[in-house]
Amino acid sequence: MIPAAFEYARPTTVDEALQAIADGGDDVKVLAGGQSLIPVMRLRLAAPETVVDLARVAELRGVRDDGDAIVIGAMTTHHDVMIDPLVQQYAPLIAEATETVADRQVRARGTFGGALVHADPAGDLPAVALALDAEFVIAGLQGRRTVPAAEFFVDYLTTAVEEGELLVEIRIPKLAGEWGMRYEKFNRVAQAWSIVAVAAVVRRENGRIAEARIGLTNMGSTPLRATAVEAALAGAPASPETIAAAARSAAEGTSPSSDLNAQADYREHLAQVLTRRAVTAAAGL
Amino acid sequence: MTAVEDRPAEAPEREVGKARRRKEDARLITGRTTWTDNMVLPGMLHLAVVRSPVAHGKISSIDVSAAQEAPGVIAVLTGRDVADEQGSIPCAWPVTPDMVNPGHPSIAVDEVNHVGEAVAVIVARSKTAAQDAVELVDVDYDLLPAVLDMEQAVAEGAQLTHDHLESNRSFHFVFDGGEAGTGVDTDQAFADAEVVVSRRFVQQRLIPAFMEPRSVVVQPQGDNYTMWSSTQVPHILRIMLAMVTGVPEHKLRVVAPDVGGGFGGKLQVTPEEVISLLVARRLGKPVKWTETRSESLMTAHHGRDQIQYIDIAADREGNVKGLRCRILADMGAYLRLVSPGVPVLGAFMFNGIYKFPAYRFECDGIFTNKTPTDAYRGAGRPEATFAVERIMDELAVELDMDPLELRRKNWIRAEEFPFTTVAGMTYDSGDYETATQQALELIGYDELREEQRRRRESNDPVQLGIGVSTFTEMCGLAPSRVLGSLSYGAGGWEHAAIRMLPTGKVEVVTGSTPHGQGHETAWSQLVADRLGVPFEDVEVLHGDTSSSPRGLDTYGSRSLVVGGVAVVNAAEKVVAKARRVAAHLLEASEDDLDFSGGTFSVRGTPGSEVSIQEIALATFAAHNFPEGMEPSIDADATFDPENFSFPHGTHLCAMEIDTETGMAKIRKYACVDDVGTIVNPLIVEGQIHGGLAQGIAQAMFEEAVYDADGNLTTGTFVDYLVPSAADLPHFDTGNTVHEAPGNPIGAKGVGEAGTIASTPAVVNAALDAVRHLGVRDIRMPLTPERVWRAIHQGGDGGDRATAGTNAWGGAQTETTAGVSTPQSALGGDQ
Amino acid sequence: MTQINVRVDGVTYSDDVEPRTLLVHYLREQLGKVGTVIGCDTSNCGACTVHLDGAAVKSCTVLAVQADGVEVTTIEGLAPQGSLHPVQKAFHEMHGLQCGYCTPGMIMASVDLLKENPDPSETEVREGIEGNLCRCTGYQNIVRAVQQAAGEMRGSGNGHVSPAEVDTAAAPHVAAQQ
Repeated sequence: MIPAAFEYARPTTVDEALQAIADGGDDVKVLAGGQSLIPVMRLRLAAPETVVDLARVAELRGVRDDGDAIVIGAMTTHHDVMIDPLVQQYAPLIAEATETVADRQVRARGTFGGALVHADPAGDLPAVALALDAEFVIAGLQGRRTVPAAEFFVDYLTTAVEEGELLVEIRIPKLAGEWGMRYEKFNRVAQAWSIVAVAAVVRRENGRIAEARIGLTNMGSTPLRATAVEAALAGAPASPETIAAAARSAAEGTSPSSDLNAQADYREHLAQVLTRRAVTAAAGL
Repeated sequence: MTAVEDRPAEAPEREVGKARRRKEDARLITGRTTWTDNMVLPGMLHLAVVRSPVAHGKISSIDVSAAQEAPGVIAVLTGRDVADEQGSIPCAWPVTPDMVNPGHPSIAVDEVNHVGEAVAVIVARSKTAAQDAVELVDVDYDLLPAVLDMEQAVAEGAQLTHDHLESNRSFHFVFDGGEAGTGVDTDQAFADAEVVVSRRFVQQRLIPAFMEPRSVVVQPQGDNYTMWSSTQVPHILRIMLAMVTGVPEHKLRVVAPDVGGGFGGKLQVTPEEVISLLVARRLGKPVKWTETRSESLMTAHHGRDQIQYIDIAADREGNVKGLRCRILADMGAYLRLVSPGVPVLGAFMFNGIYKFPAYRFECDGIFTNKTPTDAYRGAGRPEATFAVERIMDELAVELDMDPLELRRKNWIRAEEFPFTTVAGMTYDSGDYETATQQALELIGYDELREEQRRRRESNDPVQLGIGVSTFTEMCGLAPSRVLGSLSYGAGGWEHAAIRMLPTGKVEVVTGSTPHGQGHETAWSQLVADRLGVPFEDVEVLHGDTSSSPRGLDTYGSRSLVVGGVAVVNAAEKVVAKARRVAAHLLEASEDDLDFSGGTFSVRGTPGSEVSIQEIALATFAAHNFPEGMEPSIDADATFDPENFSFPHGTHLCAMEIDTETGMAKIRKYACVDDVGTIVNPLIVEGQIHGGLAQGIAQAMFEEAVYDADGNLTTGTFVDYLVPSAADLPHFDTGNTVHEAPGNPIGAKGVGEAGTIASTPAVVNAALDAVRHLGVRDIRMPLTPERVWRAIHQGGDGGDRATAGTNAWGGAQTETTAGVSTPQSALGGDQ
Repeated sequence: MTQINVRVDGVTYSDDVEPRTLLVHYLREQLGKVGTVIGCDTSNCGACTVHLDGAAVKSCTVLAVQADGVEVTTIEGLAPQGSLHPVQKAFHEMHGLQCGYCTPGMIMASVDLLKENPDPSETEVREGIEGNLCRCTGYQNIVRAVQQAAGEMRGSGNGHVSPAEVDTAAAPHVAAQQ
């Protein structure tokens, strides 16, 4: 299949990009890595009037150290994120989850920001960003604003990025203390999207779990935090029994869908098992 | 003289049996291949097909005006426009005299009967223009109820797939061993039995999913037409196109250039091939149609899709007494080339390798508002093998016997071959015990059983199971008299010709058309041995009805067993002719000539010799030729087999099941196959590997799922899960060799073995892992959800939800998007 | 129409393309690079894999305009005419292909994998080519081929093999198994 015809803009700066979006008419799509957008356009499920290609906006690429956070440019490819030393040092969970995204060809083109802004509930990176309390820097013609992860994912395929805006970078706070992380992904074949996945970030202190942050993939129309599990784990002894008991509430407050791969009740069950496994691993047990 | 006479003949190294690397590869690894879609002809127009988004409905109106006016569009044709010339897609296999065939227009005229059925075709100057115009055709449908469930379709008062028919039943086929005189009375056997086990098995619907999407190019030249098509069957296609469209057969040339896989999926005469020919004829211009993957998954024929009710009778000691099979076979909306024949082929295989005294097979072919089904790798035999290998395990459980011991007790012993079965087949050769022993060693059976015991005792969340499948299949389709007795519309012979070129090179023409099987290499090996010419001096021509005019193509593991034999026979004729020339040139009697390593020599006269390649030149010159002999040593041969051949083997699968998530993972897979003489071990091993991948994929990954409205939910590779390298295990393979007595090569056929044997081995392994948890059956594919449900909720895992996964916002194919209803979230048959 | 300048298999082209033209269609239809094929519409099968500035990508999921200024390598330009890349040679030697439709993409993905991991384990090869579907081989011989090529490339310093015809001699590793 061939996409429907569209106008094409290829800005080289964020400002040019914002202007191109503003000038692009009613239906503008921003092309990052294109690994979701182009197939959707080929299937003609999307037929935008204008495509604004960010490939040449150099300022959107790369990872930098910004004191208490690392900052990942929205157009940094999955491949480059995975091998980045800052990511590996401060947010290995991102590298671990990114490695499970699709396949090497897709990771060579697909971008960190693109995957987040696409906000597919089955995508792996949104739950990871949520668990890491990432902050999203969004640029508009009126300036820039920063949105915390908890407010970024609004609904199915919908984020806080408004029409006319662009996600430019993602700030990942550096974690202080002894943290462990794990991404437990469950899917049927290697390159498939997650049926359910769990991102666990755990801080241990004196044999106890001081803090746990748990992001759930594909357990609702947006990525979710397993808040009941987090609450149960806070300050609890780091033992398999405690973790298993806490993980039983992983599906609380979720509303997973039913599809070919899983009906809702099975997803709820998987969330519990995978949460237990992810937290156990993140806790170093 | 005597000293010379006794000179030991140097035995030339035999080509057959060598792991020759393939001749085909040179073009394939460098991107110099000729796929149909590569073809560009001057002035070529491009086709795009407008397809039905509804499963069943009357076409109330079609407005093509906007499409017709679109830039680059040359014509738009509807079913009405071609109603008088399109005929019906042929069905060559009326399996019963009263089989109902509703007729199959290439473009729907009044009514559509499955999602994806063609309703119009756009002809445009570019592929882009054609695809753009598809969206501009406005079709209104009066919806009719869709028939999607076979068991409901045969119930009293069922809705109809075709409202001009009286029922959804196409045919009722029966084979009864008692009536045929091949066995005792089945009902009596069951009445007398000490143990009866009954099961309902579901063979899910599959999609062949060859990697090269179908493509057709037609070039009109005056009143002649050349069609290039990505087909397995150029010869059959030519005949059928002539019969359907009225283009005389001798005015039609069909070429299958490089073809990227088929697996039965390109054993077809497709609507798009007919449409392309009709458009080229109407416009007098070359045309091309190439499908997209979504189009392919939705409209190229599907496979399997049976519901099997299997009863087995035995005594308490485990001696089987009878087998009864009632099958519902989904034909889909129409009958295609051999749709009805697929389940009927299975009729002779349900008894497997076992000595059942009584056997009865009944099959109903059922219409539903889905894509038609037809051949898919194994065609009828995987279904049969699955049923018998699964029910043998169930019987073993019922009798508390080891599944291998039960099989051993009942299988045909090596010394009993040839053995005529209760289904009337004469199995040619084999040794099931030896193959089984080798397979057990290959997989490390005893250690695995020990590990299984440990895991059970420790209540490990990951349980281990070992599954067995001891199978046979019938290959080498087929003796023409047998096909005749089954009312098939053609014979089962194959043709070959050998042309000796003046420079001594050899052209081999074969009617068996390859699409990945390596004919060019294997046939070269056969001919090199028979003619004594170098392997490199042989070129194999195929797949073009003008250069290989006679043939019945490639399917049913027939190429080597039938087509290869034709090649060998033709070579023998060449040698016989050359012998006469040699005798003339050497001034000797034919009886005094030895032929070895490509050279005729006069026995007892050293140095008096001439090679067959020199004879080729002498024949070309024809200056000095035997009196009365025409100056040619070329020959052709047509081989019609006397019997099928019966490869067999033992397949073992070790499966890990994570009981917490239901995830099934193959730990080890080993198989020992007996495919008779092996011409090229490299190719044979490759065929086994590929077959295993597809059989395992049926067990674990693949299923064509329709929602309650008849939309194919698994319409892209996002949801139709063809496994990748990371999803499949390493295979340990081995062979035993019992030559097929029915052909001079001794080969039995290998193309389908892996697929036929592996599926039940995998499912048996999964069940073996969790049977102690109360699981009796798990439906295929063994999705983690099904396995988990079977363990924790009982039953067979049940139906899957039919909504597509939400990748890319629920990306489905164009025609299936947006027409789901709330009730389609869960299967209509829940 | 947008003008692009692109170097494909060592040749520079300057062409006008519609922005919606996929790179694979540009390669096949405008440049006649039909060695690169299309197997799906959803970026799953990998048959269309080419290298963009040395990295394997699926050319059905890249717009031709995105290749502007980029070096594209296809299966046809992987090795100089008359020679074979070690991965091509290994696919042949190990019978890593049957119908051959997935082969160009599979080879291009494997070359990319070996660049990053010159000595992959069986599991690493299997995961490294997870984005390429093959329906014929069951992958086992592909995995063997990639590992064989890896060995050869490590031994010979990653260069192309000397001009090699496709040798059709018997493969000893298989003959030995029988």
